[in-house]
Amino acid sequence: MSTHATGGGRAAALRRRLQPPRLPRPRLPRRDRGVLKKEEIVPWSLGDKIGLAAAWFCGLLLCAIAGAIVIYMLVRGLQYLSVQALFQHPVILSTTQSTGTAGGYLDPIEGTLILTALGTLIALPIGVGTAVWLSEYGRPAWLARAVESGVEIVAGTPTIVLAIFGLLVFTQGAFGFLSFTAEGGAVFGRSFFIAGIMMSLIAIPLIVGATREALQSIPAHVREASYALGKDKISTIRRVLLPASRKGIATGTTLGMGRIAGDTAIVVLLLGATPIEPQGDIPVLRVLQGTGSTLTSYVYNNSPAGEGNAPQKAYAAAFVLLILVIVMNFVVDLVSRRRSDPWAR
Amino acid sequence: MGPLKKPPPVRRIVVDEEPTIVEPPKRNGTTEAAKSGASGLLSAPRKREGKRGKVRERMRTDALGVAYAGKPAVKAVSLTVNQGEVLGLIGPSGCGKTTLLRSLNRLVDQTPTASRSGSILIDDQDVDLLDVTELRRQVGMVFQQPNPFPMSVFDNVAYGIRERGSRRPSRAALRPAVEEALDRAGLLEEVKDNLSHPALRLSGGQQQRLCIARSLAVNPEVLLLDEPCSALDPRSTSLIEELIMSLRSEIAIVIVTHNLQQAYRVADRVAFMYLGDLVEYGDADQVFGAPKAKRTREYVSGGFG
Amino acid sequence: MRRRFGLQKAGPRNRSDQRAELLLGALACIVLALIAGMIIFVFEKAWPSFSHNGLDWFSPFAGGNVDDELVAIFQSPSDASNYVYEMHAWSLIYATILITATAVVISTVFAVLSAMFIVEFAPQPIRRLLEPVVRLLAAVPSVIYGLIGILVVVKFFNEHLITQSARDSVAGVAALNGFSWGVGALILTVMITPIMIAIVVDALRAVPVSWREGSVSLGVNRWRALWTVSVRAARPAIVAAAVLATARALGEAIMLSMVTGSVGFQPNPIDGLIFFVEPARPLAATIVDNAEGLSVVPFAQTLYAFAAVLLVSAAFLSFTGWYIRRRLRRYTLSPI
Repeated sequence: MSTHATGGGRAAALRRRLQPPRLPRPRLPRRDRGVLKKEEIVPWSLGDKIGLAAAWFCGLLLCAIAGAIVIYMLVRGLQYLSVQALFQHPVILSTTQSTGTAGGYLDPIEGTLILTALGTLIALPIGVGTAVWLSEYGRPAWLARAVESGVEIVAGTPTIVLAIFGLLVFTQGAFGFLSFTAEGGAVFGRSFFIAGIMMSLIAIPLIVGATREALQSIPAHVREASYALGKDKISTIRRVLLPASRKGIATGTTLGMGRIAGDTAIVVLLLGATPIEPQGDIPVLRVLQGTGSTLTSYVYNNSPAGEGNAPQKAYAAAFVLLILVIVMNFVVDLVSRRRSDPWAR
Repeated sequence: MGPLKKPPPVRRIVVDEEPTIVEPPKRNGTTEAAKSGASGLLSAPRKREGKRGKVRERMRTDALGVAYAGKPAVKAVSLTVNQGEVLGLIGPSGCGKTTLLRSLNRLVDQTPTASRSGSILIDDQDVDLLDVTELRRQVGMVFQQPNPFPMSVFDNVAYGIRERGSRRPSRAALRPAVEEALDRAGLLEEVKDNLSHPALRLSGGQQQRLCIARSLAVNPEVLLLDEPCSALDPRSTSLIEELIMSLRSEIAIVIVTHNLQQAYRVADRVAFMYLGDLVEYGDADQVFGAPKAKRTREYVSGGFG
Repeated sequence: MRRRFGLQKAGPRNRSDQRAELLLGALACIVLALIAGMIIFVFEKAWPSFSHNGLDWFSPFAGGNVDDELVAIFQSPSDASNYVYEMHAWSLIYATILITATAVVISTVFAVLSAMFIVEFAPQPIRRLLEPVVRLLAAVPSVIYGLIGILVVVKFFNEHLITQSARDSVAGVAALNGFSWGVGALILTVMITPIMIAIVVDALRAVPVSWREGSVSLGVNRWRALWTVSVRAARPAIVAAAVLATARALGEAIMLSMVTGSVGFQPNPIDGLIFFVEPARPLAATIVDNAEGLSVVPFAQTLYAFAAVLLVSAAFLSFTGWYIRRRLRRYTLSPI
């Protein structure tokens, strides 16, 4: 034992002796040193930082745009909307009159509601039936594939093309009962019925998709249990599978309703742009055979792009439309809220 | 058709009879003869390739506690992770061993409801003060289910090296490093011919070794293994255990396992956890042979778990 | 009834099942029939316009002013042999491609970055706010976008972004009054981004947690891990979203007709910055603008020709999207 004169004395020497020997740091072969130099290994490279900044920028920009749209519509809408106008019929202004805030929006609101209801009513059985056939039957296979492709093509078709197709088909004489027929035999081809039928084409792909998803997520053991009890296929579908897929069907339906309420092209082409003018004699159906307008076509026609140049009315109607869409969105959320898996065993 | 064969003898299991008690065979070489609590585990000789070399402390936890939404999962655990030996974390399901493992590389921070108390030190540096990506480079992890990325074998192993730098190294520069990592993981022979083979088409054992190679490619100081063999067949399991033994001198290894036999084969030090508490912590010989705590004795002899 | 064990003939065993299958099959075929009918009818009506013009209908080199041609067709005399069909629709096609491509490219980048923000980097309160906001934006009707466009954005462009000298420079050819393809593309981007964001966010969230944890525990930072693993795994969904967005953009008629100026002008990139504020006229918007003229036969047939082009593009997009999705799925685990 040696005491180092310039060290700490005996105590320090004792401490040093009692400490365990320091093991040499093992030479780990630094393999990746050969690939990347030390200064190149950085936790966040320049590209990463730019990417992160871009992601933040896009996110905040999204918030800003959404906020701007909502706030602007809110301000303008409240500025021009008077509550009693909601319940007044629109005044038909002649072209020489100045645009004012006269008249209300009752007809367009009624029109939106009627059209949405009609479109959904037509779409629902066709959509659910198609989905059930695709998911449960689907024979022959080529037909099932063709139907699937068909539904997808409808989903991707622009609504303006659907509208113009509707005009093409429903101005034929055979469909005169769906709308107004003028004296010369020319079928007018524009009515709630016709618009409703074409609108249902928008909603059908959504309903088919949602229903198929709901049906396919029902596990096999449920179907097997039903067959084991002796029920045939159609009763299984009616009594077991469809009630179980109610949530999915409701989601698809409300999505479809939202899209129908918001569509303008079909309405502009197929509904005429009048206050609700029933045609024909049958009490309820005469409304459906007649022309009308919806909030969307009302906004379009009152904007500078349409005939009446009344931006105030357009803003007010747009505000009502926006509220309607927000409410429907909220309903979709409620309906499709994810529950814990009801089929977990 | 000949005469009917006699049916096989029926073995009747008589429930009330006293079970015969078999004396455990005498063990050789250990200091204490384990009278009570000695399990059949210890009858097989433990595979140890060479004697344990020098150990050096790499990581340490000081009264580490982890809680999920207020409910504690790990309570005041203090242990060390040393290079040169394998630390085995054993315990029944839900005892917190996986949580403890995941806190070592700060993976519990990804869970929003998790909170940590106490400290973890790596090479005497507090883990919270270190950049988390740097920590995770030094502390690698292999998961229970093999999780190779949907890329080729080469891209999987090279991933850690590529995605850490500002420059993208060329394939030629990466190749030796990739092959080295695959070699250390014992997979090179099997995939040597086609490194562009999609990783998802390998078998389960190969995928797990690929994940180990992927972790080794970034040269970690510590390797955490979360039940790596639980999804694998015995042959792959033994391959991976041999791999662990061979890596032990270079890398500090922590292995979580619910398989007592595996812990017995592989671990040098063992920490037994129960419901979040560290019940017993010591040399494997001692914990398996002469456990101090009653609970350890019960667990090791198969009484519960 | 003889019972056979082993393979039994699949199919309905009783009358009501057979009836039900036929009924449902018929219902499904209604949709198919409608589509087939639509395609056949539209093409049948559109054929005269195509046959009279041949390839010049599409050609970029054929010249001709679309606006004048449309007026001429509308005014064509009422006997069938003298119908005017001349139509060189390249300006319309060019405008459609320009607006759609610009909107989709910007929107894809914007949507992927925003989705990454929402999934990974957004603080919890912002994330909770953004998700319903994105769904709401996706549901806003196009006419409202058009209204804001025409009353706010066009005015802004007109008053603040277009200088008098710029107006003078193109005075003879086009009027720069804010109604432009640039505004249309801008608003279209805002319209289609929310749909894409919703799809990409779902796809990013569907990436298995094991891959995320695996990449992060290798010491890779959050951005790189997200980009190289999650976004890479979500590529089929991003493509699908882009195709969906393109289909929507192609078919957008109302909003574009309100803001693009309805002038059959071909915006020229050589014009420099003015390029972005030059008016244009996409296909779908043209149909909406001229819908009143459908009583004139050749005019209607020309409009059906436009619709036919749109229909073909939509179908083409569906198949392209499906094909690309299949190709990209080779290396992923996704079951679809």
